[in-house]
Amino acid sequence: MLKIAKERLNELYAKINETMGLFIPIKRAGEVNYAIWKDGKEVSLETLKTVKSPKNMFFPQSENLMKFKKDGNNLEVIDVREKLGEKIDERPFVLFGVKACDYKGIEVLDKVFLADPVDSYYQMRRESTTIVTLACSRPEESCFCNAFGIDATAPMGDVTTWLDSEYLYWQANTEKGEKLTAIVKELLVDGGEKEVAAQQEKTKEIMAKLPYANLDLSRFTPENLNELFNAKEWEEMSEACLGCGTCTFVCPTCQCFDIRDFKTNEGVIRFRCWDSCMYSDFTLMAHGNSRTTQMQRFRQRFMHKLVYYPSQNDGLYSCVGCGRCVNKCPQKLNIVKVIKTLGGKDND
Amino acid sequence: MKDVELKMLERAKALLESGEVARVVGWKKGDFYFDPSPAVFESVEELEKDFVYNWFCGANLSKYLIQIAKKEGKTAVFLKPCDTYSFNQLVKEHRIKRENVYVIAVECLAKLDVEKIKAQGVSSVVNVEVVEKKVSVTDLYGDVTVLNKPDVILTKCDTCTKTHQVKDEEIILHERPERDVDRFAEVAKLEGMTEDERFAFWREQLSKCIRCNACRNVCPACSCVKCVFDNPASGIAAKANDDKFEEQLFHVIRAFHVAGRCTDCGECSRVCPQNIPLHLLNRKFIKDIDGFYGEYQAGETSEGKTPLTSYTEGDIEAKDVFNGEAK
Repeated sequence: MLKIAKERLNELYAKINETMGLFIPIKRAGEVNYAIWKDGKEVSLETLKTVKSPKNMFFPQSENLMKFKKDGNNLEVIDVREKLGEKIDERPFVLFGVKACDYKGIEVLDKVFLADPVDSYYQMRRESTTIVTLACSRPEESCFCNAFGIDATAPMGDVTTWLDSEYLYWQANTEKGEKLTAIVKELLVDGGEKEVAAQQEKTKEIMAKLPYANLDLSRFTPENLNELFNAKEWEEMSEACLGCGTCTFVCPTCQCFDIRDFKTNEGVIRFRCWDSCMYSDFTLMAHGNSRTTQMQRFRQRFMHKLVYYPSQNDGLYSCVGCGRCVNKCPQKLNIVKVIKTLGGKDND
Repeated sequence: MKDVELKMLERAKALLESGEVARVVGWKKGDFYFDPSPAVFESVEELEKDFVYNWFCGANLSKYLIQIAKKEGKTAVFLKPCDTYSFNQLVKEHRIKRENVYVIAVECLAKLDVEKIKAQGVSSVVNVEVVEKKVSVTDLYGDVTVLNKPDVILTKCDTCTKTHQVKDEEIILHERPERDVDRFAEVAKLEGMTEDERFAFWREQLSKCIRCNACRNVCPACSCVKCVFDNPASGIAAKANDDKFEEQLFHVIRAFHVAGRCTDCGECSRVCPQNIPLHLLNRKFIKDIDGFYGEYQAGETSEGKTPLTSYTEGDIEAKDVFNGEAK
């Protein structure tokens, strides 16, 4: 294991940035989100939950797909792919500070975007990225990653790091991780096994005491699909839902998008942007809309996370327990309340 | 607040039992102390199981009545002072039928913001006691932290001096202390900036927007059955989020649309996941309307003319505004 003193982290970022782009939690106008690192930006690794998850690094909120130009009877299709939806250089990049829940979220997205037919936009970014994860040391009451078998103290990724009041500890896990380590090696020194083990033990103690430590998911199985779908509780649970997209947009695993054309003087740009199953036009088709009430939209989101997705992905839930929806829903509706209401008898 | 809650529960039960109302709109308990949700109660059992009114019931229930008050029978609702302005405004705009609703005015004394409490280093709140300007917060681990109330109230409560504008009855057990606050102080600060500084301020703030539409969906003044931005047939439907300022003008357009009808309930800023101070856009409009047409508070009544929808010969001319000759 290697380590670097906390006050030297800026040197580490600068070193990485010499050869690779760096995406890291940065504070802007009071809120912390993943953004491109530049010298002078305020990095906040201590922030437990960025407002948006890091998914927009691979799956940007808006992204141009292609451009069409018409000249007489000829239609020219132009490839306009831009890395990360931002006009930056062509370098590979490092996604730094990913928590265990968000890392699992990327695994959930991989199963969608990298399955046949592969989404080449997502794949391009995913493959050129080295992911540096960061273990949690101060989980809070809205965390429930352990319900999904995630160990917040030992996230995977190409490199795993741990942070305490003095050092960032560093351990490469993959070939990509070794390569990154070689780049920054002059800044790192040996040591940290004992400190990391002690921190892990302490964090696990906190995790075990958290109010959502023992959620019972046992009823969310494909066999119970119809029973869950028809549960009378959906009406009451969704009553206060505003139909905004907050839960879906802060979620590390929500993956739905819309594709639209935008007419410009230079031709037509086809772009995609995040969509939300909470929105009234989400399932709008030529014949009309198959989901006409907010209850149906609300139910869709949670059935997808807890029943539909796992039934198609060997039981893998597409909730990772990050708790962002718990914190951010304007009216305090969230997946935990759904799990407690419908999940199983051990939820009280 | 517990005594107020008990009184409210008692009234809600009585109203349902007597058949005077068919349902009660209030708040129900969450998993924690700080996460109650708006809810509709149709039986005494439901009320006894879940009803709650505490320091975290900040949500404005008025907008829910657009749908709920269309149901058969009368609907009772608990409204805090600021919520009653939204209610009045919706009645004025014929979005709610006044006679379908039984309004119980409840005391507020400012609601707390759990994010601000967390920012002070306290998480997992299980109970809160408020004595004047001190808030004692008990967390899950039994620790008690005393915080200054003004540091941890919702931003929308920071400068509130509103009083109940509509009620069929009231539940007020504690007198609210007089407040000497200026709700336009922050707007004046922005006005005092140079254009470049102001542009930089909004650019920075609005760059955080994720276009989740929570501000619009919670806004009692945004009561269109179908928003143009959600309507594929409008030609301007938009869900794309873009870090270009042009895209972020969504918020400016929305502020224009609700100008003269916005009651300054502050829900937009409460629900913003990125904590963008959206209410300041609306307040700028309110301040300007006050200056151009004389002081006006939307939602103070459910009747009468409004400055932006009634013409008088003395109305200010656009050129005077741009030439800086406005009063």
